Amino acid sequence: MSTRIFGSGIKRREDPRLITGEARYTDDIKLPGVLHMAVVRSPYAHANIVSIDSSAAEAMDGVVAVYTSEDIGDGLAGLPTAWLIPDSDLKTPEHPALAKGKARYVGDGVAIVLADDRYRAQDAADAVVVDYEELPAVIDPEEAAGEGAPLIHDDVEGNIAFRWVMGDREASDAVFDAADVVVSERILQQRLLPTAMETRAAMAQYNPATQELTLWCTSQNPHIHRFIISAVTGLNENKVRVIAPEVGGGFGSKIPCYPDEALVSWASMKLGVPVKWTETRSENYLITIHGRDHVQHVEMAAANDGTLLGVRATVYAGMGGYLSTAAPGIPTILHGLLYVGPYTMDSVFCESIGVMTNGTPTDAYRGAGRPEATFLLERMVDNVAREIGMDPVEVRRKNLIPAFEDGYEVATTLIYDSGDYPAAFEKALDMAGYGDFRAQQNSAAAEGRYLGIGVTTYTEMCGLGPSQVAGAVGFQGGLWESATVRVTPTGKVQALIGASPHGQGSETTLAQIISEELGFPVDDIEVIHGDTTETPMGWGTYGSRTTPVTGAALAQASRKLKEKARVLAGHLMEANVDDIEYADGSFSVKGSPDQAQSIQDVALMAHLAWNMPEGMDPGFEESQFYDPPNFVYPFGTHIAVVEVDAETGEIELQRYIAVDDCGPQINPEIVAGQIHGGVVQGVAQALCEGAIYSDDGQLLTGSMMDYCMPKADMFPNFELGETVTPSPHHPVGVKGVGETGTIASTPTVYNAVLDALAPLGVKQIDMPLTAAKVWSAIQDANGQEKPKRLGDLLNE
Amino acid sequence: MQVAITVNGVVHERDVDPRTLLVHFLREDLDMTGTKIGCDTSQCGACTVHLNGKVLKSCTLLAVQADGAEVTTIEGLAENGEHHPMQTAFWENHGLQCGYCTPGMIMASAAFARDNPGASESDIRHYLEGNICRCTGYHNIVKAVKQVADAAAGS
Ligand code: FES
Ligand code: FES
Repeated sequence: MSTRIFGSGIKRREDPRLITGEARYTDDIKLPGVLHMAVVRSPYAHANIVSIDSSAAEAMDGVVAVYTSEDIGDGLAGLPTAWLIPDSDLKTPEHPALAKGKARYVGDGVAIVLADDRYRAQDAADAVVVDYEELPAVIDPEEAAGEGAPLIHDDVEGNIAFRWVMGDREASDAVFDAADVVVSERILQQRLLPTAMETRAAMAQYNPATQELTLWCTSQNPHIHRFIISAVTGLNENKVRVIAPEVGGGFGSKIPCYPDEALVSWASMKLGVPVKWTETRSENYLITIHGRDHVQHVEMAAANDGTLLGVRATVYAGMGGYLSTAAPGIPTILHGLLYVGPYTMDSVFCESIGVMTNGTPTDAYRGAGRPEATFLLERMVDNVAREIGMDPVEVRRKNLIPAFEDGYEVATTLIYDSGDYPAAFEKALDMAGYGDFRAQQNSAAAEGRYLGIGVTTYTEMCGLGPSQVAGAVGFQGGLWESATVRVTPTGKVQALIGASPHGQGSETTLAQIISEELGFPVDDIEVIHGDTTETPMGWGTYGSRTTPVTGAALAQASRKLKEKARVLAGHLMEANVDDIEYADGSFSVKGSPDQAQSIQDVALMAHLAWNMPEGMDPGFEESQFYDPPNFVYPFGTHIAVVEVDAETGEIELQRYIAVDDCGPQINPEIVAGQIHGGVVQGVAQALCEGAIYSDDGQLLTGSMMDYCMPKADMFPNFELGETVTPSPHHPVGVKGVGETGTIASTPTVYNAVLDALAPLGVKQIDMPLTAAKVWSAIQDANGQEKPKRLGDLLNE
Repeated sequence: MQVAITVNGVVHERDVDPRTLLVHFLREDLDMTGTKIGCDTSQCGACTVHLNGKVLKSCTLLAVQADGAEVTTIEGLAENGEHHPMQTAFWENHGLQCGYCTPGMIMASAAFARDNPGASESDIRHYLEGNICRCTGYHNIVKAVKQVADAAAGS
């Protein structure tokens, strides 16, 4: 018996093209005669556009044209918002591809320049003279929702785009009024810059003769891009081909359809030549969506014995200058529904207010709403523990939902699929040596060293999701996937999928599923994706859904083929189908093992069709649409150990332990990679990342020089463990794992730092926990006058 | 301006706009797109190549400054059709996901392991500060570099 391919950490088939530089990302693709597009962008966060003078730019060498929104006219419809949350009084202000009369954030497009070279296009963009009348700007979402804030869209009163309420306020009041303990905190989920290492890019080629448009772009969901580009250009959807070639990371930022993709399409249609645009990193920080941006007022109620009774929050979620593609769904459906977490807590209430601001539009960023929920829960659990004088681990142990195998309904109406939270929890505590830690912490304290530990237990909802649910919550699309398993006459497999992986290793993982199901050697299976003309329909790669949803479609398509193969093999061997046995890619007749047909033999005979059973069609190919019956709910426990230098405020992350359960692991190395990457992103939110705006709306962290990206030397080696609890409703039992790292790690490290600082009297610090902020908090808590730092002295 | 730059052993003579960055010269003039661009402030290291054997971020140099130099890019790292040991180590250790930082990571790491046999994990982590990866969390990159640095020490 060969080693099982399912569960084996084989090398990725993606890698040979990537480690040699042969892979082609969007900007690597060259077309003859291409024009480069540069965008003139508003330098003000909020300003009326008085006039635009492009004459100097138009006269420059190599410049073909300069266009403004007036030139586009109704050639492009506004960009749609595609998540229309019901019962929330949602407003969807117009989002034109180029600003009409008014710019609403720094970076809002005002004009485009087309030139024969990218340097010349940029020079000409700089030469376009725009006369602005600056208006007062607002960035903080709570402030933007308040009295007297500047109005950003005339048709969005009070800047409130939506108000979504989950739960019953009176019922919540009753629980909170009667509780022994109520803790509260104002939590700032700072804006984050997704920073996929490949910036966005788009190249369009319109063929006037066939009226076909091909758009290469950095997309996580080319079929959604096709749909939206068709809608905004007016081209029939079957005349639009969207290709997502190699894509260098997304983390949510390549889900939305942005103005730039629409603009290259329009310009190519207008000029009849290919048009290309590639974002610079500074541009990326200004115009590609940001993540998070919540101001949360949170409360948790508990009994004196540590029983958690309820949680509630008022959330001001910054939407930025326009509502991005999926933006309204993030601080609502993907956030509030997670308020129960892994606990037996049955009172939840959330009021989430989506607020227009003069910041960059926000949308899904790795975890999307769920990290913001998990953080507030885990933060409040630690606050409860401190308030009642109980070990935070004991509070969690006391409240964890006991193990269940098939369905557990919680107060937010979700039905968790399966879980054994206590098992993952105890395993992580063992790995961390939690029992000994407090003693170590005390002896370190005696030496004046501040150690801290943070423990997070989480579950999350991913593998999005049942389409019926998507429709009920206003998502303007389905959430199923489709896939085709096509076997050639010589027994080689092409699997075509509608999803669009961009770094997740899905070509490998999905090939492992097919190999397991059908017995073809994994190296004989190719997974093809990222081209709307070549692949079947799919809704894209996000929400940790490709392995669960596309994987299920492939497993089921493979099973259909296997059944066909069994019947055909029986026919060819002149045996009763019921007597056909399958093992390792071969069919044999029960009792006479010398008679066998390999899957390859059967595939060939199906193609030749010389001798088919009555009623069986020729060929060896099956397709499957798969709409998941429920979400999947991975879970786990993460633990961090930190040391804080009280003299400088610097934090050292000493250990990081993650025990995650995503069901059976198809490729454990790939799973580990997803966790490593997610943990680093989440830890960086706790420790260093954060977009900073000036009061007038300028992004001060507008380049990699100023925005703190996590580097290799901030981290120890990670210690990973797992438990395996299959999803009961999934054909191979798997759950998603792409976002658990960012969901669990931010509160883990935050709570560890606050644990270390507890003896110093520090109770709260807004993220990120930079050395300067930690140091200041220590000084404030001491009630001491702050000793002057060099920077202050220099400023005097 | 006229330049002659040897890239992966082949001399390329071109007339370039004097402000052309070396990375754009490679990507646009020579269509060697293996070298990537991840920032505009010389932080990310996606554009790392070897210039006369030394590690260089190719977005920090003008093509005219490289006139007469020998440049090795990711496309020229393999020899006789065999992956360079650092390429192999990245593959074996799952040191990449989306692959965008990878050419620069591999170029930087290959030179580092060559010059620092037996380097410790913490040396490696400090060295990699100039190369940013958003996907891998660095864990497996560090493992890959360590594997090659250890092998270099053993030989
Ligand atoms: S592109 Fe050269 S360092 Fe980022
Ligand atoms: S592998 Fe994606 S940035 Fe490093």
